[in-house]
Amino acid sequence: MTIEIKRKSPAGRRRGPGTRGGGAVNFLGLSVLSVLFLIPFYLILRNALSTDAEITAPGWMWFPVAPAWENIEKLFTDPSVPMARALLNSALVATLTTVGTLFLCATAGYGLARIPYRHANKVFYLVLATLMIPGAITFIPSFVMVSSLGWISDLRGLVIPTLFNGFVAFLCRQYFLSFPKELEEAARVDGLGYWGAFWRIVIPNSGNFLAAIAVITFVGSWNSFLWPLVIGRSPDSWTVQVALSTFLTAQTVSLSQLFLAALVAMLPLLFVFLFLQRFLVQGVAQTGLKG
Amino acid sequence: MAVSAEAAPDAKAGTGEHAPRARRGARWRTSLTFWCFVAPFLIGLLVFTVIPVVWSAYLSFFDATNTVSPTPEDFVGFGNYTAMLTDPAFQDSLITFSVFAAFIVPVTFACSLGLALMLNRVRLMRAFFRSVFFLPFACSYVVAALVWKMSIFNGVRYGLANTVLDLFGVDEIAWLFRPDPPWFWLVIVSLRLWIQVGFYMILFIAALQQIPQHLYEAAYVDGAKPGRQTFWHITLPQLRATSVAVLMLILIAAYQAFDEFLLLVGTMPSARPPLVYLYQTSLGMQQELGTGSAGALILALLIALVTLLQGKFLGFGNSEER
Repeated sequence: MTIEIKRKSPAGRRRGPGTRGGGAVNFLGLSVLSVLFLIPFYLILRNALSTDAEITAPGWMWFPVAPAWENIEKLFTDPSVPMARALLNSALVATLTTVGTLFLCATAGYGLARIPYRHANKVFYLVLATLMIPGAITFIPSFVMVSSLGWISDLRGLVIPTLFNGFVAFLCRQYFLSFPKELEEAARVDGLGYWGAFWRIVIPNSGNFLAAIAVITFVGSWNSFLWPLVIGRSPDSWTVQVALSTFLTAQTVSLSQLFLAALVAMLPLLFVFLFLQRFLVQGVAQTGLKG
Repeated sequence: MAVSAEAAPDAKAGTGEHAPRARRGARWRTSLTFWCFVAPFLIGLLVFTVIPVVWSAYLSFFDATNTVSPTPEDFVGFGNYTAMLTDPAFQDSLITFSVFAAFIVPVTFACSLGLALMLNRVRLMRAFFRSVFFLPFACSYVVAALVWKMSIFNGVRYGLANTVLDLFGVDEIAWLFRPDPPWFWLVIVSLRLWIQVGFYMILFIAALQQIPQHLYEAAYVDGAKPGRQTFWHITLPQLRATSVAVLMLILIAAYQAFDEFLLLVGTMPSARPPLVYLYQTSLGMQQELGTGSAGALILALLIALVTLLQGKFLGFGNSEER
């Protein structure tokens, strides 16, 4: 058993061709690609802290001479784009959507997975059937419903119709089916009903799963554009994405303000990425593969 | 996509007329508990998905301009459907989608698989690389469209793309501001690629890690060269289920392409996918909800058809093991 042999075995080298040269090329390729992937972020930061004159200057400037911090004040005092209000709206919509979706879909998923009701399977098939409807084409029908409820340009119209996510309910059901039954049975012996077992045993022991679903719901809600555009007709009800798009298509734009607005719109999610990336990756693996 | 229906294991327990009263009471309690859990969700699903779709199907037979409750005089039969199907703008939007899908599906698939394979081999800074490629997923299409339109491909001298081209002595290109094909497609496809590739890469990495290592060891013993041979004969067949799922997901996402098209080329009729077209007819200046609904239903049928065909060709049954 010499080191020589060990090094030759494929397991020791991970997969694929494992010559030293190949590894270096691979590493170099990844480095070049990651620089390319980061360029848009660099551009946002550079432009947000430059003056308009610096952005449009003929020679390429890697970074502004002095960061133009005054852009921040200009952006938030610009009356044509209610950026502060839009941020507040987005935070409210994303938070309420995440909490609401999680609550409704987890309870429904648990009920479908665990409670021995005679027609549980029929209800489950109904939920599955709604998954067959392609998400994007329901915006016209849902708009019809929301407008007859009088929820146009209203927080209720932005949040409530998005809460009943059949796909998340489906994921929750599959997850609860695999939850160890012994734990719940122990709770039942201790005199807890389904409701008690759900809140005291199942939910506290499903932290990772719920966090993954929550993070991915939050990101999706914060970044969504079509639905808030359809519902948010008055500037008071714009989310960050809608405000940004109006800004983008406005007649006269200050480039630096535009990019600063983009930076502000992105910042909360960058924090989510920094601190909750583990859950996000897990959420992607869960939601993507089951889809 | 493995949908198992073995839920509610003892659903059949306690049936029968002759069940004693106490047992019937317990059954009642069970149904009541079930509905406490499921009813709030189910009612919402009915009100905000099922009823709207049925209502919209109803509207599609009426001239429902600026109204959601048309009178019987507005009944037009299949008029909206024939109008949609013969509308050159709607046909164009379907062609636009086909061209877009022909680009975006294979390119996204190849790039995300390639990145996953590269990441799977690298030992140094692996977590860093993974985060970088995944990071654009935090970016909305609106923010990306803004960067692409106003900074990279803005068509003037100080734009990044033209600055780089200038280094190689190439003349500046107007990118989005040229209505004839190649250039605006490059802008749109690169944008979507940048946002999505990390997402599918994560799915491939998860799948790659599931491949049993002994397959590679066995192949090595049998004299297979690591690299091309193991990729085609072990890695790719083992990734089959994930590949089918990823292809479906990319295609479904492409159908729903809206944000970047509206913001980048929304005014250009030659580059309007179905969703942008439907948005502009049904919720634009004139709210043509009848024709819009008809178009949405036609689109839904097309999607269902393509999904079925794709499932048939790619062998849906083989992806059961998940």
